[in-house]
Amino acid sequence: MALLEVDDLSVTFARRNQRAVHAVDGVSFSVDAGEVVGLVGESGCGKSVTSLAIMGLLPKQPGLRVGGKAVFDGTDLLQLDDRSRRDIRGRDIAMIFQDPLSSLNPVIPIGLQVTEVLTRHRGMKGDAAAKEAAQLLDRVGIPDPKRRLKEYPHQLSGGMRQRALIAMAVACQPRLLIADEPTTALDVTIQAQILELLKDLVRDSGTALVMITHDLGVVAGMCDTINVLYGGRVVETARRRPLFREPRHPYTVGLLGSVPRLDAGRGEKLNPIPGSVRDLLPWADGCAFAPRCTRRVDACVGQPPELVLAHDGRSYRCVNPAPVPGLTPAEAAPVTVAGAADVPVADEPPAPAAGPVPAPREEEKP
Amino acid sequence: MIRFIVRRLLQLIPTLFGLSILLFIWLRRLPGGPETAILGERGTPEMRAAIRHNLGLDEPIMIQYGRFVRRMIRLDLGTSISTKREVTTEFLQRFPGTVELTITAMVIAIGIGIPLGYLAARRRGRLLDHLSVGGSLIGICIPVFFLAYILKAIFSENLGWFPSSGRQDPTLGATRITNFFVLDGLMTREWDAAADALWHLVLPGIALASIPLAIIVRITRASVLEVLNEDFVRTAEAKGLTENVVRRRHVLRNSLLPVVTSVGLLTGGLLSGAVLTETVFAFSGIGAFVAEAISQRDYPVLMGFIMIIAVVYVLVNLIVDLSYSLIDPRVRVR
Repeated sequence: MALLEVDDLSVTFARRNQRAVHAVDGVSFSVDAGEVVGLVGESGCGKSVTSLAIMGLLPKQPGLRVGGKAVFDGTDLLQLDDRSRRDIRGRDIAMIFQDPLSSLNPVIPIGLQVTEVLTRHRGMKGDAAAKEAAQLLDRVGIPDPKRRLKEYPHQLSGGMRQRALIAMAVACQPRLLIADEPTTALDVTIQAQILELLKDLVRDSGTALVMITHDLGVVAGMCDTINVLYGGRVVETARRRPLFREPRHPYTVGLLGSVPRLDAGRGEKLNPIPGSVRDLLPWADGCAFAPRCTRRVDACVGQPPELVLAHDGRSYRCVNPAPVPGLTPAEAAPVTVAGAADVPVADEPPAPAAGPVPAPREEEKP
Repeated sequence: MIRFIVRRLLQLIPTLFGLSILLFIWLRRLPGGPETAILGERGTPEMRAAIRHNLGLDEPIMIQYGRFVRRMIRLDLGTSISTKREVTTEFLQRFPGTVELTITAMVIAIGIGIPLGYLAARRRGRLLDHLSVGGSLIGICIPVFFLAYILKAIFSENLGWFPSSGRQDPTLGATRITNFFVLDGLMTREWDAAADALWHLVLPGIALASIPLAIIVRITRASVLEVLNEDFVRTAEAKGLTENVVRRRHVLRNSLLPVVTSVGLLTGGLLSGAVLTETVFAFSGIGAFVAEAISQRDYPVLMGFIMIIAVVYVLVNLIVDLSYSLIDPRVRVR
């Protein structure tokens, strides 16, 4: 059974006299123990709101409605009362945020910000907590941890701050770690270090990781499974290699096409996705991506596209998906639809390595 | 820390130096000069000349200024024209009363204002929020002397719960040491005297607290609302900390910064401006005395008062800066 099973999660912000905003509109995905799962999409696609809803951290305000299920280890997180949620947060599920400076309390030393988690969930106090905190800082690669414990966030560099936040998140060896754009606020060399650190931590401890990002480079380097979100729904789910080799949803194709590549030919232009995420069709009226889609057909508008299950556990939500190279259009046609998941899936031949979009950089470790 | 305090205290010197020049010029530029202020309109030219000579006003200006400064340094503020007593003596007797009153008012304003502002922010948009925001508007709008009269009429004249005037019941014959009546009572173990002095502080303290209270409620509320939306509060929540810890450690402390600044400014304001409240309650503090000095053109008193207020403001600001650096390590002094 999956460690976290998010099923038909929806988050709606309703405001008086205004149209309700469906920030998350029926998102489903699952995370197995020890797995690294990516939630990918551009700003406003609902990735952060999804993670905050799972954590129960959405700002309490009138008009907020959260529906669906988020089952963690047999418990539906969305049904828990505030107290039980606080027990789980930080202990079983931890989170790392985007901006390490604003995510740390400026007037409290780093040490206390680490030890307060230890005190809360592991009952550690005084010297024992301080010692453990120093070990945690050491583990996330902060040199001279004893001194750093006494320092304040403004005395640390950006990368150090993110490391400190990671130390707080892994302090109780959570089974699930949610990282919301953990490298976006950092410069590129630091980004690589932080990703490397996260990778090591989850590998060593068997923690499952949900990686929320808009950066396909991050996804390519880390994730086992990737969910592409658009307009508050998952539009494509696939293992890493198939997704990069043969993206089926036109949005995924567009995302991959907008990334500059080192192996691209000189003078070759990028293919950005036209329009912006605001050009959104409500899912009830058809495919939300249709207004920006290059493969739009008449069937896109009218009713929402069903989730299509293809081979190898991948699925996409499109009536006119990008063809898999080397297959005739008939072979590449949808095999089955969601809801009939038990129906055996036709086996497609393994796709050739040279797709329309080259495979991600190979860095699998044995 | 010590170096910072010393440096700030040294800053008093140029401040007071500049002020002394302003005051000196002001004194020299009085309509008709100080002799008119002393004699009034009736003095003959001979009398004026005599007074000018007595005051040393016929000497070169630099010498006059030098003497003025020398007197200031010796804390010799001259003699009050209306009471004929040393200005310093008058101040030592009256200023403690105003300080006591100000402290009472600020304790009330802070003690109620910060929790109320905090709760209003937590219950944003609900009844308590509306009541405290509306109430603080009323608090700002009501003139202090009006509130003072109402309090006096209800709680002392009608209900008789509190004394209506003065700083202490003179029949107690309390011993005076510092002229801080409450402190004196505690030092001499005359508990009834201390309690009586405290009792006399309640009504004027409440009246004086009304405006600072309203301001503190509003600033605290706005500040807490802002901090509640900060990322680090979300981080604290994500750690699963109890609500109590999140509030105390992460929300409240960060919200206090703007409150501390305004408390400093308000305190300085109260020390120099408690005139109306003191008058209503016949409270012999500095405010009523200075108001009298203004109408009497008692220039030595006014000058001394201005110098004292300048010193008080600098000291209050120093305390504000020190407490600021206690709360926020980013502005911590070295």
